Amino acid sequence: MTPATLTAQTVASPHAHGGNSVSRTMFRVQLALLPATLYGFWLYGWPAFFLWALTILSCVAFEVLSLKLMGTPRVKATLFDGSAVLTGWLLAMTLPPWAPWWVAVVGGFIAIVIGKQVFGGLGQNVFNPAMVARVALLVSFPLPLTLWVAPLPMSTLPTPDFVSSLRIFLTSLPVPDAMTSATLLGHAKTELARGIDLATALHAGPDLSWIGMRAGSFGESAAVLILCGGLYLLITRVITWHAPLAVLAGVAIPAAIAHAVDPGRFLSAEAHLLSGALMLGAFFIATDYVTSPNTTTGQIIFGLGIGLLTWVIRSFGGYPEGVAFAVLLMNAMTPVIDRFCKPRILGRDRKGKPLDIPENA
Amino acid sequence: MGFMNLFKHFLGDDWGVHPDDRKRPAADRPLRTMPVPEKLYLPLQQHLGGPARPVVLVGQQVKKGELIAEAQGMISAPIHAPTSGTIVAVTDITAPHPSGLTLPAIILAADGRDEWIDCQGCADPFALDPAEIGKRVAAAGVVGLGGAAFPSAVKLTGAARSKVKTLVINGGECEPYLSCDDRQMRERAADIVDGIRIMLHATGAREALVGIEDNKPEAIAAMQAAAAGEAEVHIRPIPARYPMGSEKQLVQVLTGKEVAAESRTFDIGILVHNVGTALAVRAAIRDGRPLISRVVTVNGNCANDPGNIEVLVGTLAEEVIAFAGGLKGDGIGLARRVMGGPMMGMQIPHWRVPVVKGTSGILAFDAQEVAAQEPDPCIRCGSCVKACPMGLLPLEMSARIRNSAYDEAVGIGLKDCIACGCCAYVCPSKIPLVQYFVHAKGELAAQDRNKLRNDATKKLAQQRQERLDREAREKAEAAAKRKAEREAAAAAKAAAEAAAKQASETAGATEGESA
Ligand code: SF4
Ligand code: SF4
Repeated sequence: MTPATLTAQTVASPHAHGGNSVSRTMFRVQLALLPATLYGFWLYGWPAFFLWALTILSCVAFEVLSLKLMGTPRVKATLFDGSAVLTGWLLAMTLPPWAPWWVAVVGGFIAIVIGKQVFGGLGQNVFNPAMVARVALLVSFPLPLTLWVAPLPMSTLPTPDFVSSLRIFLTSLPVPDAMTSATLLGHAKTELARGIDLATALHAGPDLSWIGMRAGSFGESAAVLILCGGLYLLITRVITWHAPLAVLAGVAIPAAIAHAVDPGRFLSAEAHLLSGALMLGAFFIATDYVTSPNTTTGQIIFGLGIGLLTWVIRSFGGYPEGVAFAVLLMNAMTPVIDRFCKPRILGRDRKGKPLDIPENA
Repeated sequence: MGFMNLFKHFLGDDWGVHPDDRKRPAADRPLRTMPVPEKLYLPLQQHLGGPARPVVLVGQQVKKGELIAEAQGMISAPIHAPTSGTIVAVTDITAPHPSGLTLPAIILAADGRDEWIDCQGCADPFALDPAEIGKRVAAAGVVGLGGAAFPSAVKLTGAARSKVKTLVINGGECEPYLSCDDRQMRERAADIVDGIRIMLHATGAREALVGIEDNKPEAIAAMQAAAAGEAEVHIRPIPARYPMGSEKQLVQVLTGKEVAAESRTFDIGILVHNVGTALAVRAAIRDGRPLISRVVTVNGNCANDPGNIEVLVGTLAEEVIAFAGGLKGDGIGLARRVMGGPMMGMQIPHWRVPVVKGTSGILAFDAQEVAAQEPDPCIRCGSCVKACPMGLLPLEMSARIRNSAYDEAVGIGLKDCIACGCCAYVCPSKIPLVQYFVHAKGELAAQDRNKLRNDATKKLAQQRQERLDREAREKAEAAAKRKAEREAAAAAKAAAEAAAKQASETAGATEGESA
């Protein structure tokens, strides 16, 4: 029996539909990302725009290519569900804004071909494609992937115009030193490695800025706008609060405790929450339908796991940032979580046995 | 959506769905009664259980309310002539069934006189023995009018036997588009309450809880007024949510009790009936009238004049629609014909299908309402899991069914699925989940039947083998016996001959000696 023969039969009930669709969901997620993205363009100028556009374009191109190669009959329909665009968009949000063009292309390839189509396409992938690409890029090309620039409004140099931006993007010329800047997490990590106390280090380092006036990816600089986008998704019921809140709690609680114990060694909860890809991860990555558990209990466990692992990697690992690693690790756990967190069937206990019938009810 | 719902959604207590109810304006129009049509088509199977057996002959004259087919088996219901006239045929017709399969039916040509038989009513039902009420309800062919069409008397007597304490009356009518119960509660509240009291008497239950969704304020007001004097009948407004009218959900919301899986509401002292059924029970007892008509909602974007219509059972949907004002543009834009509600009703192939006792609605949908679309792949969004009122994992079940792993699907709850359609309603990929479940249940039933048949064949073969063995054994034994006898006889003969020979020799010798 194939789905085709199923649908060829007379249509079963229900004869009504709530109106939700995959493309509507994807559209809403993209809408939620829009403010942070626009803000990012303003902060980082044309090079950032080019990177964003090319990442999405290459994701879509690789999607079309894979679908054509596999001979999928519904190329158009699959494209219009908007999932490839979203993957590219999310990936772009986590890259250094001035990364060169080939990062976008290689990233698109890894995300779509290796992260998604190899598994069988939409709905079949175990790992979040954008995070797979992010990690693969970071591990393979550590240099361009850790080269951050300070937001332009903060810089003393003139904003690059369209043409020079294109040159920066296409030639991967070294970014002028005056432009580069460390992210807060990166700075903390290097200073700690040099044996410098965080209290001193942060004095001289980048400020923790709520309005994004500090180096980082789109997703990092505009953490507050990402949060707003997340709230929009909550209100429109695209996502539920379980996974995001769990991620934030999973980071904030250990961070707060550790910071209280040893402020010289551990960053504060606030710094953790606003840094790196955490907000993006909590609201847009941990809530990815395909790669997260599908019961609310499962989502809470999943989120807590991501948060906790992120904090552990950031505090003790070799990389300054750990959201992508944490997400992949928990993605791998999802089938297990799904296996153990099943909703209770009405009229049965958790093990699936019918409830006892009370005497003299 | 109200604030409470939003709050509940955040807590995760959000089973079911909140479809756009589309009940008005049909619900606000007064009931209309359709005149007797020329011909009535009465399928013998209008209820759950065994089909009825015709007791009339072609050409026979019958009166309105006369028995034309009797119940057959423990769970079954009789069928009565909805009007007076002549039986013109007993033959197969297209029945309300999605496959378009034909079912045997009695066809009755009306004579236009609409003449009743003598009805044996009862002025004081409360003086009747409860068992007698059960008998009369059974004889009147009353079945559940909410859709499932389970014979009501079976439930009433079963409930009396298991000593239920609470009667839950379903006035939820949670299916969108339908308003037949709503309309009857507004117009016939007193009779419904009377019917409920008769059912209380018949079952020995102490109280009746009438659950009415809060999107029907007029019905709630009317029922409250009618039940004002009755201490044991309580009207309970309940939140509008689909499938609130499903037995287990309704019982849980009204009584806080959870019906265990694989058991019935009786087991926790509760009996559930529909408001329409209360009316039918009342008519059966007070007036002695069998169930021959019901209220049907005609609705859908293609219906010219949506409303509720009292029609005789056996009337063709075509004629009901014509009476109700026809279809817009004579059916241009009609995308789907449905009998019952949009969530659980069935698609019918054409309009020449009769209304049966369980038909609550006739819906003419346009393409926009049906929103049919090629399914996309499952994106594991979990919407179906949140919506399922039974706590199942529709996405997992459908994935297993797609691989024909029916037993695994059963292992994760397929048998608990009530086919309410919430999962498919919310699925963004528009996967026909219910279709998968119905298909799998059908396959499993077929497997069971096959197994039974195989077992039976095996048993027969075994018996035959045993018989053959026995016969062979008996034959062998007989042969052995005969052989033994023969041998014994031969031996005896030989011995006799030998003896005779010896005797003659001896005699000869003696003779010689003597010679
Ligand atoms: S799985 Fe069955 S019970 Fe659950 S929502 Fe779907 S149809 Fe209803
Ligand atoms: S609602 Fe549809 S797409 Fe979402 S998990 Fe269920 S079956 Fe998959």
